[in-house]
Amino acid sequence: MYKGRKIITGLILFVGLAAIPFFYNSGKTSVKPEPNIDTPAIQQLAEKQCVEPREFMKANHMQLLNDWRDSAVRDGSRIYVNSQGKQFTISLQNTCMHCHSNKAEFCDKCHTYANVKPYCWNCHIAPKENKT
Amino acid sequence: MNAILSLIAVIALILIALLGVKTANLHSLFGIAVPYAAMAIFLIGVISRVLKWGRSPVPFCIPTTCGQQKSLPWIKQSKLDNPSTTSGVIGRMLLEVLLFRSLFSNTAFELRNGPKVAYGSTRWLWLGGLAFHWSFLVVLIRHLRLFTEPVPACLSSLEVLDGFLQIGAPGLLLSGVVLLLAVTYLFLRRVLIPEVRYISLAADYFPLFLILSIALSGIIMRYFTKVDIVGVKALTLGLVSFNAVIPEGISVVFYIHLFLVSALLAYIPFSKIMHLGGVLLSPTRNMPNNSRMERHINPWNYPVHVHTYEEYENDFREKMKSAGIPVEKE
Repeated sequence: MYKGRKIITGLILFVGLAAIPFFYNSGKTSVKPEPNIDTPAIQQLAEKQCVEPREFMKANHMQLLNDWRDSAVRDGSRIYVNSQGKQFTISLQNTCMHCHSNKAEFCDKCHTYANVKPYCWNCHIAPKENKT
Repeated sequence: MNAILSLIAVIALILIALLGVKTANLHSLFGIAVPYAAMAIFLIGVISRVLKWGRSPVPFCIPTTCGQQKSLPWIKQSKLDNPSTTSGVIGRMLLEVLLFRSLFSNTAFELRNGPKVAYGSTRWLWLGGLAFHWSFLVVLIRHLRLFTEPVPACLSSLEVLDGFLQIGAPGLLLSGVVLLLAVTYLFLRRVLIPEVRYISLAADYFPLFLILSIALSGIIMRYFTKVDIVGVKALTLGLVSFNAVIPEGISVVFYIHLFLVSALLAYIPFSKIMHLGGVLLSPTRNMPNNSRMERHINPWNYPVHVHTYEEYENDFREKMKSAGIPVEKE
Protein backbone atom coordinates (compact mmCIF):
# COMPACT_ATOMS: atom_id res chain seq x y z
CA MET A 1 0.00 0.00 0.00
CA TYR A 2 1.45 3.33 -1.06
CA LYS A 3 0.28 6.55 0.58
CA GLY A 4 -1.70 4.19 2.79
CA ARG A 5 -2.61 6.71 5.46
CA LYS A 6 -4.15 9.18 3.05
CA ILE A 7 -6.05 6.51 1.15
CA ILE A 8 -7.41 4.85 4.30
CA THR A 9 -8.46 8.26 5.68
CA GLY A 10 -10.25 8.98 2.42
CA LEU A 11 -11.99 5.61 2.48
CA ILE A 12 -13.12 6.12 6.09
CA LEU A 13 -14.52 9.52 5.08
CA PHE A 14 -16.31 7.91 2.15
CA VAL A 15 -17.88 5.18 4.27
CA GLY A 16 -18.79 7.73 6.95
CA LEU A 17 -20.50 9.89 4.37
CA ALA A 18 -22.46 6.93 3.02
CA ALA A 19 -23.41 5.90 6.55
CA ILE A 20 -24.83 9.28 7.60
CA PRO A 21 -28.49 8.25 7.07
CA PHE A 22 -27.92 5.05 9.04
CA PHE A 23 -26.38 6.89 11.99
CA TYR A 24 -29.00 9.63 11.83
CA ASN A 25 -31.80 7.13 12.26
CA SER A 26 -30.17 4.67 14.61
CA GLY A 27 -32.34 3.99 17.63
CA LYS A 28 -35.22 6.04 16.27
CA THR A 29 -38.54 4.55 15.41
CA SER A 30 -40.82 6.70 13.33
CA VAL A 31 -44.47 5.98 12.78
CA LYS A 32 -46.03 6.45 9.40
CA PRO A 33 -48.36 9.44 9.88
CA GLU A 34 -52.10 9.21 9.20
CA PRO A 35 -53.91 12.47 8.56
CA ASN A 36 -56.69 13.02 11.08
CA ILE A 37 -60.15 13.58 9.63
CA ASP A 38 -61.95 13.69 12.95
CA THR A 39 -63.37 17.24 13.04
CA PRO A 40 -66.86 18.46 14.06
CA ALA A 41 -67.72 19.47 10.49
CA ILE A 42 -66.75 16.09 9.07
CA GLN A 43 -68.63 14.27 11.87
CA GLN A 44 -71.84 15.97 10.71
CA LEU A 45 -71.44 14.98 7.07
CA ALA A 46 -73.88 12.33 5.90
CA GLU A 47 -71.57 11.07 3.19
CA LYS A 48 -67.95 11.38 4.25
CA GLN A 49 -66.32 12.38 1.00
CA CYS A 50 -64.14 15.32 0.10
CA VAL A 51 -64.74 17.24 -3.14
CA GLU A 52 -63.37 14.20 -4.96
CA PRO A 53 -62.94 10.57 -3.89
CA ARG A 54 -60.34 9.83 -1.21
CA GLU A 55 -57.74 8.18 -3.47
CA PHE A 56 -57.89 11.04 -5.95
CA MET A 57 -57.51 13.59 -3.17
CA LYS A 58 -54.61 11.74 -1.62
CA ALA A 59 -52.64 11.77 -4.85
CA ASN A 60 -53.80 14.95 -6.52
CA HIS A 61 -54.87 17.44 -3.84
CA MET A 62 -51.92 19.69 -4.57
CA GLN A 63 -52.80 19.87 -8.23
CA LEU A 64 -56.47 20.46 -7.43
CA LEU A 65 -55.56 23.29 -5.06
CA ASN A 66 -53.28 24.76 -7.69
CA ASP A 67 -56.07 24.61 -10.28
CA TRP A 68 -58.48 26.13 -7.78
CA ARG A 69 -56.06 28.97 -7.14
CA ASP A 70 -55.73 29.66 -10.88
CA SER A 71 -59.46 29.39 -11.40
CA ALA A 72 -60.45 31.67 -8.49
CA VAL A 73 -57.67 34.23 -8.59
CA ARG A 74 -56.88 34.41 -12.30
CA ASP A 75 -60.17 33.50 -13.98
CA GLY A 76 -62.55 34.70 -11.25
CA SER A 77 -64.53 31.47 -11.43
CA ARG A 78 -65.39 30.12 -7.99
CA ILE A 79 -67.54 27.12 -8.93
CA TYR A 80 -65.98 23.66 -9.07
CA VAL A 81 -67.91 20.74 -10.49
CA ASN A 82 -66.49 17.43 -9.32
CA SER A 83 -66.37 14.11 -11.12
CA GLN A 84 -69.81 13.19 -9.76
CA GLY A 85 -71.42 16.45 -10.96
CA LYS A 86 -71.60 18.00 -7.52
CA GLN A 87 -70.86 21.69 -7.15
CA PHE A 88 -68.47 23.27 -4.65
CA THR A 89 -67.35 26.80 -3.92
CA ILE A 90 -63.71 27.23 -4.75
CA SER A 91 -62.21 28.55 -1.55
CA LEU A 92 -59.38 27.22 0.55
CA GLN A 93 -60.49 28.88 3.75
CA ASN A 94 -64.26 28.43 3.40
CA THR A 95 -64.46 25.05 1.67
CA CYS A 96 -61.34 23.04 2.46
CA MET A 97 -60.61 24.37 5.90
CA HIS A 98 -64.30 24.41 6.85
CA CYS A 99 -64.23 20.63 7.14
CA HIS A 100 -60.51 20.17 7.67
CA SER A 101 -60.34 22.67 10.49
CA ASN A 102 -57.41 20.77 12.00
CA LYS A 103 -54.47 21.98 9.93
CA ALA A 104 -51.82 20.67 12.31
CA GLU A 105 -53.38 17.20 12.49
CA PHE A 106 -54.47 17.03 8.86
CA CYS A 107 -52.22 19.02 6.53
CA ASP A 108 -49.03 19.35 8.50
CA LYS A 109 -48.76 15.77 9.63
CA CYS A 110 -47.78 14.33 6.26
CA HIS A 111 -46.24 17.55 4.92
CA THR A 112 -43.78 17.69 7.82
CA TYR A 113 -43.04 13.99 7.49
CA ALA A 114 -42.34 14.23 3.76
CA ASN A 115 -40.70 17.65 4.10
CA VAL A 116 -43.18 19.31 1.76
CA LYS A 117 -43.47 23.04 2.15
CA PRO A 118 -46.62 24.25 0.37
CA TYR A 119 -46.84 27.99 0.11
CA CYS A 120 -50.61 28.19 0.74
CA TRP A 121 -50.13 30.21 3.89
CA ASN A 122 -47.91 32.81 2.32
CA CYS A 123 -51.12 34.49 1.14
CA HIS A 124 -53.91 32.83 3.14
CA ILE A 125 -54.28 33.36 6.85
CA ALA A 126 -53.37 30.12 8.57
CA PRO A 127 -55.97 28.84 11.05
CA LYS A 128 -55.03 29.53 14.63
CA GLU A 129 -56.43 26.31 16.04
CA ASN A 130 -53.58 25.70 18.41
CA LYS A 131 -53.48 29.13 19.91
CA THR A 132 -56.93 29.27 21.53
CA MET B 1 -25.01 -0.94 -31.92
CA ASN B 2 -23.37 -0.18 -28.57
CA ALA B 3 -26.12 2.29 -27.79
CA ILE B 4 -28.84 -0.20 -28.72
CA LEU B 5 -27.26 -2.92 -26.57
CA SER B 6 -27.16 -0.57 -23.59
CA LEU B 7 -30.73 0.52 -24.20
CA ILE B 8 -31.82 -3.11 -24.29
CA ALA B 9 -29.97 -3.75 -21.02
CA VAL B 10 -31.75 -0.86 -19.30
CA ILE B 11 -35.13 -1.92 -20.69
CA ALA B 12 -34.44 -5.42 -19.41
CA LEU B 13 -33.75 -4.00 -15.94
CA ILE B 14 -37.03 -2.07 -16.06
CA LEU B 15 -38.89 -5.19 -17.16
CA ILE B 16 -37.31 -7.27 -14.39
CA ALA B 17 -38.57 -4.83 -11.77
CA LEU B 18 -41.95 -4.46 -13.46
CA LEU B 19 -42.56 -8.19 -13.75
CA GLY B 20 -41.02 -8.94 -10.38
CA VAL B 21 -43.29 -6.56 -8.54
CA LYS B 22 -46.40 -6.52 -10.67
CA THR B 23 -46.63 -10.16 -11.66
CA ALA B 24 -44.59 -12.09 -9.13
CA ASN B 25 -45.41 -9.82 -6.15
CA LEU B 26 -41.83 -9.87 -4.94
CA HIS B 27 -42.21 -6.55 -3.12
CA SER B 28 -39.81 -7.35 -0.31
CA LEU B 29 -37.17 -8.65 -2.71
CA PHE B 30 -37.22 -5.46 -4.80
CA GLY B 31 -37.96 -3.10 -1.92
CA ILE B 32 -35.63 -4.46 0.75
CA ALA B 33 -33.22 -7.21 -0.33
CA VAL B 34 -32.03 -5.72 -3.61
CA PRO B 35 -31.31 -2.21 -2.19
CA TYR B 36 -29.32 -3.68 0.71
CA ALA B 37 -27.37 -5.96 -1.61
CA ALA B 38 -26.69 -3.06 -3.98
CA MET B 39 -25.48 -0.85 -1.15
CA ALA B 40 -23.18 -3.62 0.09
CA ILE B 41 -21.76 -4.21 -3.41
CA PHE B 42 -21.29 -0.47 -3.83
CA LEU B 43 -19.41 0.05 -0.57
CA ILE B 44 -17.29 -3.09 -0.67
CA GLY B 45 -16.66 -2.70 -4.40
CA VAL B 46 -15.51 0.91 -4.13
CA ILE B 47 -13.29 0.17 -1.15
CA SER B 48 -11.61 -2.84 -2.76
CA ARG B 49 -11.15 -0.99 -6.03
CA VAL B 50 -9.50 1.95 -4.26
CA LEU B 51 -7.31 -0.39 -2.18
CA LYS B 52 -6.28 -2.16 -5.38
CA TRP B 53 -5.28 1.16 -6.90
CA GLY B 54 -3.50 2.07 -3.69
CA ARG B 55 -1.36 -1.04 -3.98
CA SER B 56 -0.05 -0.09 -7.43
CA PRO B 57 3.33 1.58 -7.22
CA VAL B 58 3.95 4.90 -8.92
CA PRO B 59 7.42 4.54 -10.40
CA PHE B 60 7.84 8.07 -11.70
CA CYS B 61 6.98 11.59 -10.67
CA ILE B 62 4.45 12.30 -13.41
CA PRO B 63 2.20 15.25 -12.54
CA THR B 64 0.75 16.98 -15.57
CA THR B 65 2.53 20.26 -15.96
CA CYS B 66 0.34 22.84 -17.62
CA GLY B 67 2.28 25.96 -16.74
CA GLN B 68 5.62 27.37 -15.60
CA GLN B 69 7.15 25.13 -12.97
CA LYS B 70 8.81 26.46 -9.81
CA SER B 71 12.18 27.74 -10.90
CA LEU B 72 14.36 30.74 -10.15
CA PRO B 73 12.83 33.35 -7.84
CA TRP B 74 12.36 35.92 -10.61
CA ILE B 75 10.42 33.51 -12.85
CA LYS B 76 6.76 33.48 -11.92
CA GLN B 77 5.48 30.01 -11.12
CA SER B 78 2.05 28.95 -12.28
CA LYS B 79 1.06 27.63 -8.88
CA LEU B 80 -2.26 26.00 -9.83
CA ASP B 81 -1.24 24.59 -13.18
CA ASN B 82 2.11 23.34 -12.02
CA PRO B 83 1.91 22.93 -8.24
CA SER B 84 5.09 22.19 -6.33
CA THR B 85 3.56 21.90 -2.88
CA THR B 86 0.80 19.83 -1.28
CA SER B 87 -1.42 22.87 -0.87
CA GLY B 88 -1.01 23.62 -4.56
CA VAL B 89 -1.97 20.03 -5.38
CA ILE B 90 -5.06 20.28 -3.16
CA GLY B 91 -6.01 23.57 -4.83
CA ARG B 92 -5.67 22.12 -8.30
CA MET B 93 -7.54 18.97 -7.28
CA LEU B 94 -10.41 20.93 -5.71
CA LEU B 95 -10.81 23.09 -8.81
CA GLU B 96 -10.67 19.97 -10.95
CA VAL B 97 -13.25 18.06 -8.91
CA LEU B 98 -15.63 20.95 -8.30
CA LEU B 99 -15.31 22.93 -11.53
CA PHE B 100 -13.75 20.50 -14.08
CA ARG B 101 -11.02 23.00 -14.84
CA SER B 102 -9.18 20.77 -17.29
CA LEU B 103 -12.32 20.33 -19.39
CA PHE B 104 -12.67 24.09 -19.46
CA SER B 105 -9.46 24.34 -21.44
CA ASN B 106 -10.72 21.83 -23.98
CA THR B 107 -9.92 22.85 -27.54
CA ALA B 108 -11.43 21.84 -30.83
CA PHE B 109 -9.53 21.43 -34.04
CA GLU B 110 -11.04 22.48 -37.29
CA LEU B 111 -10.02 23.05 -40.88
CA ARG B 112 -11.16 26.38 -42.25
CA ASN B 113 -11.26 27.49 -45.89
CA GLY B 114 -7.85 27.73 -47.35
CA PRO B 115 -7.35 25.05 -45.87
CA LYS B 116 -6.20 26.59 -42.62
CA VAL B 117 -5.82 24.75 -39.35
CA ALA B 118 -7.67 26.40 -36.50
CA TYR B 119 -7.95 25.61 -32.83
CA GLY B 120 -10.71 27.13 -30.76
CA SER B 121 -11.96 26.65 -27.27
CA THR B 122 -14.96 24.41 -26.95
CA ARG B 123 -16.82 24.49 -23.71
CA TRP B 124 -20.05 22.58 -24.37
CA LEU B 125 -18.80 19.36 -22.84
CA TRP B 126 -17.55 21.28 -19.82
CA LEU B 127 -20.89 23.03 -19.43
CA GLY B 128 -22.92 19.85 -19.95
CA GLY B 129 -20.72 17.86 -17.59
CA LEU B 130 -20.85 20.53 -14.93
CA ALA B 131 -24.63 20.85 -15.19
CA PHE B 132 -25.01 17.09 -15.07
CA HIS B 133 -22.78 16.47 -12.05
CA TRP B 134 -24.02 19.38 -9.98
CA SER B 135 -27.69 18.73 -10.64
CA PHE B 136 -27.15 15.05 -9.86
CA LEU B 137 -25.55 16.05 -6.56
CA VAL B 138 -28.47 18.32 -5.71
CA VAL B 139 -30.96 15.57 -6.60
CA LEU B 140 -29.01 13.10 -4.46
CA ILE B 141 -28.91 15.46 -1.46
CA ARG B 142 -32.60 16.28 -1.88
CA HIS B 143 -33.40 12.57 -1.59
CA LEU B 144 -32.00 12.61 1.94
CA ARG B 145 -35.40 13.97 3.00
CA LEU B 146 -36.59 10.38 2.58
CA PHE B 147 -33.83 9.04 4.81
CA THR B 148 -33.98 11.49 7.71
CA GLU B 149 -36.66 12.08 10.29
CA PRO B 150 -36.90 14.86 11.38
CA VAL B 151 -35.61 16.41 8.17
CA PRO B 152 -32.70 18.82 8.80
CA ALA B 153 -33.48 22.44 8.02
CA CYS B 154 -30.69 22.68 5.44
CA LEU B 155 -32.44 20.06 3.28
CA SER B 156 -35.67 22.06 3.38
CA SER B 157 -33.83 25.22 2.37
CA LEU B 158 -32.17 23.39 -0.50
CA GLU B 159 -35.54 22.16 -1.73
CA VAL B 160 -37.08 25.63 -1.44
CA LEU B 161 -34.16 27.03 -3.41
CA ASP B 162 -34.45 24.24 -5.98
CA GLY B 163 -38.15 24.95 -6.48
CA PHE B 164 -37.99 28.72 -6.25
CA LEU B 165 -39.78 29.20 -9.56
CA GLN B 166 -42.96 27.86 -7.87
CA ILE B 167 -44.32 26.39 -11.08
CA GLY B 168 -47.31 24.09 -10.60
CA ALA B 169 -47.96 21.71 -7.76
CA PRO B 170 -46.02 19.69 -6.73
CA GLY B 171 -43.57 22.48 -7.41
CA LEU B 172 -41.16 22.05 -10.29
CA LEU B 173 -37.64 21.35 -9.05
CA LEU B 174 -34.95 22.82 -11.26
CA SER B 175 -32.32 20.20 -10.50
CA GLY B 176 -34.52 17.50 -12.06
CA VAL B 177 -35.00 19.52 -15.24
CA VAL B 178 -31.31 20.37 -15.52
CA LEU B 179 -30.33 16.74 -14.89
CA LEU B 180 -32.66 15.49 -17.60
CA LEU B 181 -31.46 18.10 -20.12
CA ALA B 182 -27.79 17.50 -19.29
CA VAL B 183 -28.03 13.71 -19.61
CA THR B 184 -29.89 14.14 -22.88
CA TYR B 185 -27.17 16.47 -24.12
CA LEU B 186 -24.39 14.08 -23.09
CA PHE B 187 -26.19 11.27 -24.89
CA LEU B 188 -26.88 13.25 -28.06
CA ARG B 189 -23.25 14.37 -28.10
CA ARG B 190 -22.18 10.74 -28.22
CA VAL B 191 -24.63 9.86 -30.95
CA LEU B 192 -24.47 12.90 -33.19
CA ILE B 193 -20.75 13.73 -33.27
CA PRO B 194 -19.16 11.03 -35.48
CA GLU B 195 -15.73 11.09 -33.78
CA VAL B 196 -17.30 10.69 -30.35
CA ARG B 197 -19.67 8.00 -31.58
CA TYR B 198 -16.69 6.09 -33.00
CA ILE B 199 -15.02 5.86 -29.59
CA SER B 200 -18.21 5.27 -27.58
CA LEU B 201 -18.63 1.86 -26.02
CA ALA B 202 -21.62 0.12 -24.52
CA ALA B 203 -20.12 1.02 -21.13
CA ASP B 204 -20.46 4.68 -22.09
CA TYR B 205 -24.09 4.50 -23.14
CA PHE B 206 -25.29 2.21 -20.37
CA PRO B 207 -24.78 4.62 -17.44
CA LEU B 208 -26.33 7.42 -19.50
CA PHE B 209 -29.45 5.37 -20.24
CA LEU B 210 -29.56 4.15 -16.66
CA ILE B 211 -29.37 7.65 -15.20
CA LEU B 212 -31.81 8.94 -17.81
CA SER B 213 -34.36 6.29 -16.86
CA ILE B 214 -33.78 6.89 -13.14
CA ALA B 215 -34.44 10.60 -13.64
CA LEU B 216 -37.47 9.91 -15.82
CA SER B 217 -39.01 7.44 -13.38
CA GLY B 218 -38.49 9.94 -10.57
CA ILE B 219 -40.09 12.71 -12.56
CA ILE B 220 -43.01 10.46 -13.49
CA MET B 221 -43.57 9.62 -9.81
CA ARG B 222 -43.43 13.20 -8.65
CA TYR B 223 -45.33 15.04 -11.34
CA PHE B 224 -47.51 12.52 -13.10
CA THR B 225 -48.56 9.34 -11.33
CA LYS B 226 -48.11 10.90 -7.86
CA VAL B 227 -46.52 8.16 -5.80
CA ASP B 228 -47.63 7.71 -2.18
CA ILE B 229 -44.69 9.64 -0.76
CA VAL B 230 -45.62 8.95 2.87
CA GLY B 231 -45.55 5.22 2.17
CA VAL B 232 -42.25 5.59 0.30
CA LYS B 233 -40.70 7.41 3.24
CA ALA B 234 -41.95 4.74 5.64
CA LEU B 235 -40.08 2.17 3.51
CA THR B 236 -36.89 4.20 3.09
CA LEU B 237 -36.75 5.09 6.79
CA GLY B 238 -37.22 1.41 7.55
CA LEU B 239 -34.31 0.60 5.23
CA VAL B 240 -31.88 2.94 7.00
CA SER B 241 -32.97 1.89 10.49
CA PHE B 242 -32.78 -1.84 9.60
CA ASN B 243 -36.40 -2.72 10.26
CA ALA B 244 -37.91 -2.28 6.83
CA VAL B 245 -41.49 -3.24 6.14
CA ILE B 246 -43.24 -2.91 2.82
CA PRO B 247 -46.11 -0.42 3.10
CA GLU B 248 -49.26 -1.00 1.08
CA GLY B 249 -50.10 0.94 -2.03
CA ILE B 250 -46.75 2.10 -3.41
CA SER B 251 -46.95 2.11 -7.18
CA VAL B 252 -44.73 -0.10 -9.32
CA VAL B 253 -42.97 2.97 -10.76
CA PHE B 254 -41.31 3.40 -7.38
CA TYR B 255 -40.01 -0.15 -7.42
CA ILE B 256 -38.65 0.36 -10.93
CA HIS B 257 -36.95 3.56 -9.78
CA LEU B 258 -35.49 1.80 -6.76
CA PHE B 259 -34.31 -1.16 -8.82
CA LEU B 260 -32.60 1.09 -11.35
CA VAL B 261 -30.90 3.03 -8.56
CA SER B 262 -29.78 -0.26 -7.02
CA ALA B 263 -28.46 -1.37 -10.40
CA LEU B 264 -26.54 1.89 -10.71
CA LEU B 265 -25.07 1.54 -7.21
CA ALA B 266 -24.00 -2.03 -7.82
CA TYR B 267 -22.60 -1.10 -11.25
CA ILE B 268 -20.43 1.79 -10.01
CA PRO B 269 -17.44 -0.23 -8.67
CA PHE B 270 -17.07 -2.08 -11.97
CA SER B 271 -17.46 0.84 -14.31
CA LYS B 272 -16.21 4.19 -15.48
CA ILE B 273 -18.25 5.81 -12.74
CA MET B 274 -15.39 4.85 -10.42
CA HIS B 275 -13.84 8.10 -11.63
CA LEU B 276 -15.35 9.49 -8.44
CA GLY B 277 -12.54 7.77 -6.56
CA GLY B 278 -10.12 7.55 -9.45
CA VAL B 279 -9.76 11.28 -9.92
CA LEU B 280 -8.26 11.54 -6.44
CA LEU B 281 -5.86 8.68 -7.11
CA SER B 282 -4.56 9.89 -10.47
CA PRO B 283 -0.78 10.29 -10.16
CA THR B 284 -0.90 12.96 -12.86
CA ARG B 285 -3.10 15.09 -10.61
CA ASN B 286 -2.23 14.13 -7.05
CA MET B 287 1.54 14.56 -7.22
CA PRO B 288 3.34 17.85 -6.76
CA ASN B 289 5.89 18.74 -9.40
CA ASN B 290 8.80 18.82 -7.01
CA SER B 291 11.14 16.43 -8.76
CA ARG B 292 13.96 19.01 -8.68
CA MET B 293 13.61 19.42 -4.91
CA GLU B 294 12.86 15.93 -3.72
CA ARG B 295 14.02 12.64 -5.12
CA HIS B 296 11.14 10.41 -6.17
CA ILE B 297 12.09 6.87 -5.30
CA ASN B 298 10.71 4.16 -7.52
CA PRO B 299 9.14 1.78 -5.03
CA TRP B 300 10.04 -1.30 -7.01
CA ASN B 301 13.71 -0.42 -7.22
CA TYR B 302 15.73 -3.38 -6.04
CA PRO B 303 19.25 -2.89 -4.65
CA VAL B 304 21.60 -2.71 -7.61
CA HIS B 305 25.24 -3.65 -7.09
CA VAL B 306 27.36 -0.80 -8.33
CA HIS B 307 31.09 -0.91 -8.78
CA THR B 308 32.36 2.48 -7.67
CA TYR B 309 35.52 4.13 -8.97
CA GLU B 310 37.09 3.64 -5.55
CA GLU B 311 36.57 -0.10 -5.75
CA TYR B 312 37.85 -0.09 -9.34
CA GLU B 313 40.99 1.68 -8.29
CA ASN B 314 41.48 -0.76 -5.40
CA ASP B 315 41.23 -3.63 -7.86
CA PHE B 316 43.70 -2.23 -10.40
CA ARG B 317 45.89 0.21 -8.43
CA GLU B 318 49.20 -1.56 -9.04
CA LYS B 319 48.50 -2.12 -12.72
CA MET B 320 47.46 1.51 -13.15
CA LYS B 321 50.60 2.74 -11.41
CA SER B 322 52.86 0.59 -13.53
CA ALA B 323 51.11 1.84 -16.67
CA GLY B 324 51.57 5.44 -15.50
CA ILE B 325 47.90 6.21 -15.00
CA PRO B 326 47.36 8.72 -12.17
CA VAL B 327 45.53 7.31 -9.12
CA GLU B 328 43.65 9.13 -6.42
CA LYS B 329 44.96 7.11 -3.48
CA GLU B 330 48.57 6.00 -3.30
